[in-house]
Amino acid sequence: MALAMVNVTASVLDWVSSYFDAPTRAVVFGVPIDGHLVVEALLVVVILFQLTRKSYKPPKKPLTEKEIDELCDDWVPEPLTPQITEDMTYEPPTLESAAGPHAIVNGKEVVNFASANYLGLVGNEKITDSCVGALEKYGVGSCGPRGFYGTIDVHLDCEQKIAKFLGTPDSILYSYGISTIFSVIPAFCKKGDIIVADEGVHWAVQNGLYLSRSTVVYFKHNDMKSLENKLEEVTRRSKHPEKVRRYIVVEAIYQNSGQIAPLDEIVRLKEKYRFRIILDESHSFGVLGNSGRGLADHCGVPIEKIDIITAGMGNALATDGGFCTGSVRVVDHQRLSSSGYVFSASLPPYLASAAIAAVDYLEENPSVLSKLRTNIATLFNELSDVPGLVLASHILSPIVFLKLKKSTGTGKTDIDLLDSIAKQALEEDSVLIATTKRSSLDKCKLPIGLRLFVSASHSESDLLKAAASLKRVAALVIS
Amino acid sequence: MVRLPYLTALTTLLSYGILFVFGHLRDFFRKIFDWSKSNNLQGYAPICLGYEDFYTRRLYLRIQDCFGRPISSAPDSWFDVVERYSNDNNKTLHRTEKTTKCLNLGSYNYLGFAAADEYCTPRVIESLKQYSVSTCSTRVDGGTTKLHTELEELVARFVGKPAAVLFGMGYVTNSAIIPALIGKGGLIISDSLNHNSIVNGARGSGATVRVFQHNNAPHLEEVLREQIAHGQPRTHRPWKKIIVIIEGIYSMEGELCKLPEIIAVCKKYKVYTYLDEAHSIGAVGQTGRGVCELLGVDTADIDIMMGTFTKSFGSCGGYIAASKEIIQHLKRTCPAHLYATSMSPPAVQQVISAMKVILGEDGTNRGAKKLAQIRENSNFFRSELQKMGFEVLGDNDSPIMPIMLYNPAKIPAFSRECLHQNVAIVTVAFPATPLLLARARICISAAHSREDLIKALEVISKVGDLVGIKYFPVEPVKPNKVEHLKKIE
Repeated sequence: MALAMVNVTASVLDWVSSYFDAPTRAVVFGVPIDGHLVVEALLVVVILFQLTRKSYKPPKKPLTEKEIDELCDDWVPEPLTPQITEDMTYEPPTLESAAGPHAIVNGKEVVNFASANYLGLVGNEKITDSCVGALEKYGVGSCGPRGFYGTIDVHLDCEQKIAKFLGTPDSILYSYGISTIFSVIPAFCKKGDIIVADEGVHWAVQNGLYLSRSTVVYFKHNDMKSLENKLEEVTRRSKHPEKVRRYIVVEAIYQNSGQIAPLDEIVRLKEKYRFRIILDESHSFGVLGNSGRGLADHCGVPIEKIDIITAGMGNALATDGGFCTGSVRVVDHQRLSSSGYVFSASLPPYLASAAIAAVDYLEENPSVLSKLRTNIATLFNELSDVPGLVLASHILSPIVFLKLKKSTGTGKTDIDLLDSIAKQALEEDSVLIATTKRSSLDKCKLPIGLRLFVSASHSESDLLKAAASLKRVAALVIS
Repeated sequence: MVRLPYLTALTTLLSYGILFVFGHLRDFFRKIFDWSKSNNLQGYAPICLGYEDFYTRRLYLRIQDCFGRPISSAPDSWFDVVERYSNDNNKTLHRTEKTTKCLNLGSYNYLGFAAADEYCTPRVIESLKQYSVSTCSTRVDGGTTKLHTELEELVARFVGKPAAVLFGMGYVTNSAIIPALIGKGGLIISDSLNHNSIVNGARGSGATVRVFQHNNAPHLEEVLREQIAHGQPRTHRPWKKIIVIIEGIYSMEGELCKLPEIIAVCKKYKVYTYLDEAHSIGAVGQTGRGVCELLGVDTADIDIMMGTFTKSFGSCGGYIAASKEIIQHLKRTCPAHLYATSMSPPAVQQVISAMKVILGEDGTNRGAKKLAQIRENSNFFRSELQKMGFEVLGDNDSPIMPIMLYNPAKIPAFSRECLHQNVAIVTVAFPATPLLLARARICISAAHSREDLIKALEVISKVGDLVGIKYFPVEPVKPNKVEHLKKIE
């Protein structure tokens, strides 16, 4: 059987090779046709035939109307919001008077440590008078965005006043505190840019970073070594340094921890690696520095070295809104490309005149800053030995931050513990304190705690009362 | 609907083409002249690379004096516009001390609460003295006052929903609420002409975003069917939830949304609806309750209703009105509630007083008079403009009326000429509108009297003839045949 196969194969091969090696059979158009040329021509024809055949794909069957109807009927959406249980409802204390150092809550007078009224300007006579004048002249709202007759002369005056106070060429006003930073960042940082940010920045900064679609690298909270490492890494990997914009985003006083950023160190690193700084001074404007000009004044850094400074005016200046300042190029660019400026109504004019009056007050009475500093030092001293809580903020920060010495296990029980401390302090000792509340959308991982906002108009007895109350309540609750 | 005549489209494209060519030529020469000057950036990348700000530098700066005009009085029906001059061909503008009194057709002052009002202002000043300018604190810490709780109840009652929550700024309301409601794995379907705050909020939430054609309920149904059937992109898992976002009145078109049809589609497919009533709350409807009242839709059918206080109530801030569970959830998670300074108490009092006037609870019928006045004013103005031959967009009863300009040169011509005749007009161009569809937008207020409107009509007609924007033939006899206007030859 095998022999027969071999014979057949050999004869077929002989037959093929004979054709292959056949001498010239014909001459067509002067080209001699050898036998092998015929085979090759046949091969080419077969290949071309196969190429022109359509390849086999399983036929695409789009969904029929009936099938789509069935899918739509079957689909069950999740509820819009998760189920609310009894213990999740939280009623904040309702104020019945101005949010000064002494406020009235539920009919009782309390010592108020929950308002960021650092210079004690809430209820100031001069500011109230200028607001009354503005209200009678301009009404309440400004009824339009800045580009469409919403620019009132008090806005322009306020911008010039802030720029003159800080020593920068120009500034721009925004109509709400948190919208300032999350409009500024996407106006300057686009896709492909590199941002190195502190991991403890608050939600508005995080939202701005997300909306900007740039590459964001976080460094450890207030750790300059970690910042240097990240800058080194990013500079090494970047391909076109002339075309890629690079920014460092930090806050002067961090809301989530009360730490102060070491600006001189950051400026040294920025000049070494060629980055620009975006500094959020919401809690340090009007607080740090000999004249209240902020972190640059405090660290002795010339203000021109910081590229973009933003701040919310809802803290020391006791009004609302925000501003951004920097070089003329920086400010001009925002007038057309910052979405919170272009697409939103402008700041109500009475708030702008309140800001002007507040900056005037700060220029005329710089002694209020030293009073604030003494108050912070006193409170810091008193609170250094609260049982179960430890101070986590900087000694000069007006946000005095206390965190739990030992966590109770889960985040939820920690929050419950701190909430009960605050509640008892309010009900029994009439001291209003705030706990940090984190939104589920916030990506910050820093520990939560109790926050006391110290004001220059708190008296010594207020501070001692708060400290004593905290010590007593913490001893009861955390044992 | 905008019907763009062919000749106009051609001339507009030609104008933009010439402007771009000139702009590029100037950039080219600028680069040559600056070759010798040293670059003082020292290794930093410039803030705007290449052609990112070409539109700003070469097109917008030429007509910069038409935008951002400062005023020095309240934005009432007549106001004082500050005069500005420029020494370097419009690159920088400087204010002078002189002002001109002009008729205000640009501010969002629908019910006339912008200036000092006899009922509202004394109460606002009283609340200022009691609660001071700001609470310096967030709503959850120590920034909730009695005024805030009172206003939340009043807003819920006014809008027709069980509960409401307040925010200090309308823009932030949208940008911070949408991420709290929906996240990755959800789908947002928004109208193609939605406002920038909604676009930002949708982008910030992390959900997938799809767009449906403006005001087109059949197209919305088509998009919904396709998306539900196919599920999430690439994994084809079913969507977690779907939200459709629409606006009451679209501010660049002046059109009302087709609310009954869209709500019917949404109910059929079990999707949630979000209605942004920034321009329509307080301005349309028999008692000022917005598009739901005007179009006869039950407020219980819409899941979330959002609005702002800037336009009709003469204050600042925004609100969300929905069921009690949604509001509780938002109060716990929304970042704007937990981290932002609470609304300034005098502004809250202004809204409370304005709402009381509208509802008639102040003891007079000024509210009803204002609502009737704005309806009458808008309808009269719109019909007169159409009779004169202008191309006016928008529906009846809407207080916003855009007049089409199209050509880029007509924008500054119309704006400056009207200002010379003491009428202040707002003109809008790219990027707020599509490139070819530049327009002048008029906002009517209840504070405008009949004489004001007649003067405005005279001036606009004169300037319109001068500039050449009467695209439709003048109709002397029949004022109501809007649908049968012929196209230009």
